[in-house]
Parts: sequence; C-alpha cells; structure tokens
Amino acid sequence: MAVTVSIPTILRTHTGGQKSVEATGTTLAQVIDDLENNHGGLKARLVKEGSLHRFVNVYVNDEDVRFAGGLDATVKDGDTVTILPAVAGG
Amino acid sequence: MIRRDLVDAMVAHARRDHPDEACGIIAGPEGSDRPERFIAMDNAERSPTFYRFDSMEQLRVHREMSANDEETIVVYHSHTATEAYPSRTDVSYASEPQAHYVLISTRDPETHELRSYRIVDGVVTEEPVEVVESYMFAHTGADDTPDCP
Repeated sequence: MAVTVSIPTILRTHTGGQKSVEATGTTLAQVIDDLENNHGGLKARLVKEGSLHRFVNVYVNDEDVRFAGGLDATVKDGDTVTILPAVAGG
Repeated sequence: MIRRDLVDAMVAHARRDHPDEACGIIAGPEGSDRPERFIAMDNAERSPTFYRFDSMEQLRVHREMSANDEETIVVYHSHTATEAYPSRTDVSYASEPQAHYVLISTRDPETHELRSYRIVDGVVTEEPVEVVESYMFAHTGADDTPDCP
C-alpha cells in the first residue's frame, strides 16, 4: 500500500530536501512508522504521547485526519498524505 | 519592503475582526521574498487571545500556492489588547523560517502598531518595515527615499 507524503519545508531536513516521499501502510500510524524507518526523526515531529502533535495538520487526500480517526485514519494505495505546520498563536 | 496596499489590507482586516484576533498570509513568488498576494484567513478559534488557521482553508490555500509556485512571505495576525510583539505561543508555533511574522496591535482604537519579525528556532528578531507604493519604483534614487545600504 504505497502512498505519497507531502513534506513541508520545515521538515525537509529529515528527507534530504525532498518535497514528497513514498511510504507504505494501511493506517496513518503505519505510514508514520514507515516514514521514520527511512527518514529518521520525522515521527517525533509528528507524534507526541501517542497522538498527533498540535503543531502539525495532517490530511489524507482532502480530509483533516483530526476529524477522521487521527493516527487510526485509514489510507489506501495511491492516497496522498499532506503534512502542514499548524499556523497558530496567541 | 512591503507595498502600502498590502499593509492597509492587513490593518483593515485586524480592525474588522477586533476584538477577536485576525490572521492571514501574503504569498509571493518562491524565493522572491516579495509579498504580492493578500490572503485573509479565518481565525478558527474566533478568540481575542488566540488564533489558528482553519485547517481546510489552509489546505486549499496551500494547494493554490503550490500550483502557482508561490510561498508564504508574510504571516500576519493581530493582538487586540497587547503590544505588537510575538507571544510565547506565537514563537512556539512559528515554523516558516523564510517568513516575515507581522504583528498588528489594535488595542488603541485610533492608531495601530505594526511590526515585523523573523522567528527562527525560537529566536525572535525584529526587522524594520519599509512601506513602498510600488516595488517597481522602489529604490530608484529619488531624493526623498534614500537607498538603504
């Protein structure tokens, strides 16, 4: 199950500058584990204490995974996972 | 350096949403460091003390910008009761090292305060804001607008 993962500028230090990379898995959690195997350090930027970090937004195709099961969100072959930094503040 | 109409648009947005915080970006050609396209964003928090881009709107804008070879040049938001200086929360979320973080304070109903910062690895550095009528005619050596070194 291969998906394309779009990487934001701030995290491209972990992917050797690549804007998008391939990963495999049937859930977002598996995709992130697979990313970590090939691009060490990414997982810690995305996951904190077993859930998605509040500093990032993750989308499967057009859906924000916060409203689609979080790390348990399912992904299918050919899906696009997009990671964006959350833009927020006080 | 930023065009006056873009500054006016940020201030107008901040005034319109006061007392809630307003937020948005100004996009420009990748690598140009030139703010061109004003994009007001919804503050999903609708709060006087916090802002967050609506995640679906952010995805849509991100795709538009990718298709246009644009990047985020300015990220702006307002402070409605405090000075135009990044809060601790602002610094913890700042994730665009190439961007100018513009803060607009609307605490005074008569005059606004607008300041710009770089925020890289948690370090805030203020930078001067030069407002120009047009990028094309900026720094042409006119007597009243001396070129900066």
